[in-house]
Amino acid sequence: MPDPKSSRYMKSHEWVSLEGDEAVVGISDHAQREITDVVFIDLPKTGRKVAKGEAVAVVESVKAAFDIYAPVGGEILAVNDAVTQNPGLANSSPHNEGWFFRIKLDDPKEAEALMDHAAYEAFLSSQS
Amino acid sequence: MYFQENSMTATETLKHTALHSLHTDLEGKMVPFHGWELPVQFSSIMKEHNAVRTAAGLFDVSHMGQVFIEGPGALTLLQKINSNDISRLKDGRSMYSHMLNEAGGVVDDVIVSRIEEGRYLVVVNAATRENDVAWIRRHGEGLDLEIEDRSESLAMIALQGPQAAESMKALCLEAVPLKRFGAMKLELFGRTVWITRTGYTGEDGFEIICPHELATRVWQTLSARGASFGLLPCGLGARDTLRLEAGYLLYGSDVDEDHTPFEAGYGWVVKLKKETFIGKSALEKQVSEGIQRRLTPIQLVERGVLRPDAVVSCEGEVLGTLSSATFSPTLKAGIGVGYFNRPDLKSGTPVSVLLHGREFPAEVADSPFYKRS
Repeated sequence: MPDPKSSRYMKSHEWVSLEGDEAVVGISDHAQREITDVVFIDLPKTGRKVAKGEAVAVVESVKAAFDIYAPVGGEILAVNDAVTQNPGLANSSPHNEGWFFRIKLDDPKEAEALMDHAAYEAFLSSQS
Repeated sequence: MYFQENSMTATETLKHTALHSLHTDLEGKMVPFHGWELPVQFSSIMKEHNAVRTAAGLFDVSHMGQVFIEGPGALTLLQKINSNDISRLKDGRSMYSHMLNEAGGVVDDVIVSRIEEGRYLVVVNAATRENDVAWIRRHGEGLDLEIEDRSESLAMIALQGPQAAESMKALCLEAVPLKRFGAMKLELFGRTVWITRTGYTGEDGFEIICPHELATRVWQTLSARGASFGLLPCGLGARDTLRLEAGYLLYGSDVDEDHTPFEAGYGWVVKLKKETFIGKSALEKQVSEGIQRRLTPIQLVERGVLRPDAVVSCEGEVLGTLSSATFSPTLKAGIGVGYFNRPDLKSGTPVSVLLHGREFPAEVADSPFYKRS
């Protein structure tokens, strides 16, 4: 189960949980609070190769659509069908059942450049 | 993801309603709306929407304008500027109507209430208020009447939902027996207020117009009573999803001076049997020639969200774009309306909508999307 404390974060509020040369990606608790009511999620196809920072998924609330960016480059290994069928999981369990996709990393070092939990928290405080 | 910034700039001074500090105390998410700062949501659009469909919700609609027209010439003026037949209004009744320009385009959609003979209240949209007042004054010239725009000193609160009447009992028992589209003027807490049994949600409900000084007391009285059965404070977000499900028009998006009531699917507000009114001859011509476009409801077949400006096609030909669109919390489907150049399209016709680079299957729907049982 991805642990928010040991995950890494983008300034655009995606989290990435590293497991060797694979990683799981979702949106942060802060992000789900900001957008509230997630009603639709469009995830990439498995097998798609994505670059770090590429828009790979779409999350929609009642009010607006948001692009989700790949925190790391690699190949999409699996997507969470449960969250596309029940988008509310992104609100109720953003760091666990509401995960978006699993990715095989091109370069495991790429994730090290991302913020750790403490740095992300500090970033959020600086934004408010 | 990057959240959209609220487009509030230092140079833009937004008006505050009498309930503004109450909204910020309730941690409402404030946004600019036609020159006002108003809450778009308090808890969540879905929760607020569902509260109105199943229990009750409270909305600050103080941005709406209130124009009082009084005097022996009031009815003559109102008949001239309205598509609906204001002469059929009895004391204590309200009527939805369109004010039209000479071309039959909609200047504004309004609710006219007859408080008593020769005394009328017209509730107008925030964005069009100044234009409306100028229009009304211009057409009232030479008539024996007084026109008073009291929008700046009056607050307006909408109490909506199946439990609205229960909540109203805590504020004003006299208003509870009001029938749909009933209107009354009364004394409340020593001040004059106006209450109508109207709304913009597709549910039962009331709209309360009161002096600024009473607004907080009215809100808190209704809120306290409603809390036990799930009444929620609601923002503009839920107001929009509720009205779109219910088939109501959003002025400026779904209808404006370039679109007629017939094109908007609101032919029932046009009474061509009336002797005369502004826009009548243009609309008679449109009736004989037929309309070239019609505001058409569509619904996504698969799960998804429709958005304003999305392009809708049928068999490879572009029909038009959506003027209003959202995710319907009641139907759990993407819904929207748009002017299509095929006014003949029947309900159930398959169409497709372009959304983030992909074509999504949709169908022409029945209007309204939601009707209370």
